[in-house]
Amino acid sequence: MGIARSARSRWSLRVLGLGYLTVLLLAPLAVIFYKTFEHGLAPPIDAITSANGLHALKLSLTMVAIAVPLNTVFGIGCALLLVRHRVRGSALIDAVINLPFAISPVVIGLSLFLLYGTTGWLEPALAEAGIKVLFSVPGMVIASIFVSLPFVVRETVPVLQEIGTEQEQAASTLGANAWQTFWRITLPAIRWGVAYGVVLTTARVLGEFGAVSIVSGQISGQTETLPLFVEKQFFNFNEPGAYGASVVLALLALTTLLAMNVLKRKEDA
Amino acid sequence: MGISVEGACKSFGDFQALDDVSIEVPAGSLTALLGPSGSGKSTLLRAIAGLETLDAGRVVIDDEDVSSKPVQKREVGFVFQHYAAFKHMTVFENVAFGLKIRKWGKQQIAARVHELLRLVQLDGLSERYPSQLSGGQRQRMALARALAVEPQVLLLDEPFGALDAKVRKDLRSWLRRLHDETGVTTIFVTHDQEEAMDVAEQLVVMNAGRVEQAGSATDLYEHPANEFVMSFVGEVNRLGEHFVRPHDMQVFADAEDGTVEAMIRRIVPLGFEVRVEVVLSDGADVWAQLTRAELQRLELREGQIVHLRPGQAKSFSGSPSSDGHGASTPQDPQDGGDAEVSAAA
Repeated sequence: MGIARSARSRWSLRVLGLGYLTVLLLAPLAVIFYKTFEHGLAPPIDAITSANGLHALKLSLTMVAIAVPLNTVFGIGCALLLVRHRVRGSALIDAVINLPFAISPVVIGLSLFLLYGTTGWLEPALAEAGIKVLFSVPGMVIASIFVSLPFVVRETVPVLQEIGTEQEQAASTLGANAWQTFWRITLPAIRWGVAYGVVLTTARVLGEFGAVSIVSGQISGQTETLPLFVEKQFFNFNEPGAYGASVVLALLALTTLLAMNVLKRKEDA
Repeated sequence: MGISVEGACKSFGDFQALDDVSIEVPAGSLTALLGPSGSGKSTLLRAIAGLETLDAGRVVIDDEDVSSKPVQKREVGFVFQHYAAFKHMTVFENVAFGLKIRKWGKQQIAARVHELLRLVQLDGLSERYPSQLSGGQRQRMALARALAVEPQVLLLDEPFGALDAKVRKDLRSWLRRLHDETGVTTIFVTHDQEEAMDVAEQLVVMNAGRVEQAGSATDLYEHPANEFVMSFVGEVNRLGEHFVRPHDMQVFADAEDGTVEAMIRRIVPLGFEVRVEVVLSDGADVWAQLTRAELQRLELREGQIVHLRPGQAKSFSGSPSSDGHGASTPQDPQDGGDAEVSAAA
């Protein structure tokens, strides 16, 4: 009786969980795929291979290529600072790192707008140097870096804490200097944590909409990333274009997710 | 390559780990730093390696003051209690690490690594990862890794502490043989007095950040400087102001000169030896260590009244006494009725 009931409750839990996921996640995704290929392969492919579509794809990948390495280097350095060299102000750094998680991306975009915009604080100095940040790629890169800043730090800190300092000390007694110890011992030991952070950062930069939308000015063929392209196609009633680009975004995201799962399994092994 | 530490002091916040510590380690010797946890023995070892910087005092290796030398320049081999194996490297790569840092050639490295793996009896396992080794094998790998760079001195921090009793005993005698073969000046830290006496030629007993006594195992056992050393390097009974080793307790069936009356509470056979737990007329619990033959000759049984003579009793004037009677009497007087005890008193 008890077993039967627990089996039944296990089944209902399973159904509930799957149903929830289906309604909220899988169904919308399936509809996108269905809508995209409703009239065959040609319309979405045409939309994506249009000049603006290709430019958006290229720009999104460029953002990844710039923002992810910068955040990776910063993230590892920051994690080392937080875990290995508790200095005055570490607690403050630790708290500030989380800000991008807490603040809405739109607010981040607005604050960058205020800082770099025509009436912004930094505008005179930047104008003099001939650098255009707002409505151009530098501003979008800054916004992307901002919103995806915490991932590598957050994924690396616990791994660094877990491996402890003994391996590093052993390396130093064997004659390795700080740089050699980092490259040969610390980095290989934390590599799966870092990789996991890199995957999350990539996914976030690819998908970022709010902050980038504000600082980019959304100029087609110039400052339009894939998510911005999707939105514009959608509001212009170009449904094949919107769906096609969405599918490309979804596939990129699925690839990173898959990579994340593979890494997670390696990390656990 | 003798080592000497002079006036070493080190505190961590309010905790004074080392309080004016000086030791001398002769070249080529095997020395044990012995003490309870928190006695400063590991801190001292780490200070010699350069893994800790001293607040005051200096470390001299081979007549050179190395106090301000960074750890990677000190040419010490260090073995950690939990092995500190490089988990992402094979056994071969672990042992080769220090040689690669020193930019040895590939063939030289291979030759040296295999020589060391033979020495530590791991030559068949060079392509394994540390996670595929047993604790004892990991520690032998760590030793090979430390020895590969031909260090001036070898420092071992509780090297067998994480291993089970059987493996620990094997590794002990193996370390002893290894030291005889290599002749590297070696210091190892332990809290196990038997292990220290088994392996080391010289023992340094530490307590609360200070050196209590240094000397050979025999010195410390026969001429302990104070109560702490006496009770740390062996079993001890306390009789008033006097301390007596259980094997120096003489047991007689009848009263003799200088004997005191006692009642046998429990007889515990431990193979060749027998532990005879007795209670004195003042209620103090002590025990005597006898051989089986002695026990049979005296025809002792539980509940019997016997007469004890504490031979070789020692007293340390002014030494603090932390606990009451019988510093290391057994904790479990299960049988032996209270009525009989009061009858004996």
